[in-house]
Amino acid sequence: MTQDPTTEAVWVDCMVRIRSARDQSAFIALFRHFAPRVKGFLIKSGADPSLAEECMQEVMATVWQKANQYDETRASVATWIFTIARNRKIDMLRKQRRPEPEDLTWGPEPEPDQADVLELQQESVRLTRALAALPDKQRTLVESAYFGNLSHSEIAAETGLPLGTIKSRIRLALDRLRHEMR
Amino acid sequence: MVMHHIPDEYLMAYSAGILPESFSLVVASHVSLSDDSRARLEAFDAVGGAVLETVAPGEVTDDSLAATLALIGGAPPDPAPAAAPVATGIFPGPLQAYVGGDVDTVAWRPIGKGARQAILVSGESASVRLLYIPSGIAMPDHGHHGTEMTLVLQGAFRDESGEFHRGDIELADASDQHTPVAIGPTPCICLTATDARLRFKTLLPRLAQPFLRI
Repeated sequence: MTQDPTTEAVWVDCMVRIRSARDQSAFIALFRHFAPRVKGFLIKSGADPSLAEECMQEVMATVWQKANQYDETRASVATWIFTIARNRKIDMLRKQRRPEPEDLTWGPEPEPDQADVLELQQESVRLTRALAALPDKQRTLVESAYFGNLSHSEIAAETGLPLGTIKSRIRLALDRLRHEMR
Repeated sequence: MVMHHIPDEYLMAYSAGILPESFSLVVASHVSLSDDSRARLEAFDAVGGAVLETVAPGEVTDDSLAATLALIGGAPPDPAPAAAPVATGIFPGPLQAYVGGDVDTVAWRPIGKGARQAILVSGESASVRLLYIPSGIAMPDHGHHGTEMTLVLQGAFRDESGEFHRGDIELADASDQHTPVAIGPTPCICLTATDARLRFKTLLPRLAQPFLRI
């Protein structure tokens, strides 16, 4: 488990190196950390090991291919990879369409404010710790939802996770993005 | 209880990928119109990131890495996406993808009193449709077997719980009996997902229900 914000900064730096320098060693570092987690996530979601392996390779290849879409002011690398894995899982296991919100893109990317990036990454670490610290029953409920082992009507509104601050950070990043788009 | 914003459990279910397609279309359309809801949704994506960080890792070998690098095939990452075009028209992007265009491409069917509807997705447990209600016209007074989620796209409507304008969400559950009336200078256009067939209070609409497929 990622325990401190400096580790988060390492993953963000890997993404920046992939984007700016097509750095394969940065990708390999991300792969060694995230590939086993993506595979574990897919197995927990009901994929058999060979399907999970195939799906994981596609997810990790997408991390390289779509590196320019990653926005470190709005998501940790783990969060971004989760959304890729989730979408691939829906395609593969459920064969349903998943309507996606309109993209917010802003053309040539301005250099993001490093203080914003750091704060968002710190909030992500806090959230991961809070999840690990939840009472077993509550944590299992949250995990089951994300593994897809609950129906939507079984979801509890109260997760016990502190989401207020990270929501505010993301909202701030969206406001800046809208400002850039003008 | 009628609610004016999307409750957390719907955003979480959408983030987790377990919301039915019909409700997902309403959520994706709403999030396209509301940055506040987008921030709440992305906070739930961060919960997914935390779940990914803490899951028991699967076994991954050096062969996996070699196979993944082969998939990439030495190609550089895709270029940064172009600046998004300024959204035009009434329908948000995800809805336009279902309809095949904006409001002028909808295949409406009349349902009486000048009102029209178009069913976009109809599954066993959930369906989603577009409604067009001229100003001053009421929807039949109805309750629900399950949940009904309505997003206003043009104009406005008013019911017992208040007024709803473009981008607003109304969520009503089985215990609600409400009578939405379109208000304002333009016809009201809504996107509505239901997870069970609507139950009408008066006899006539109940008989008509199988034909209208509401």
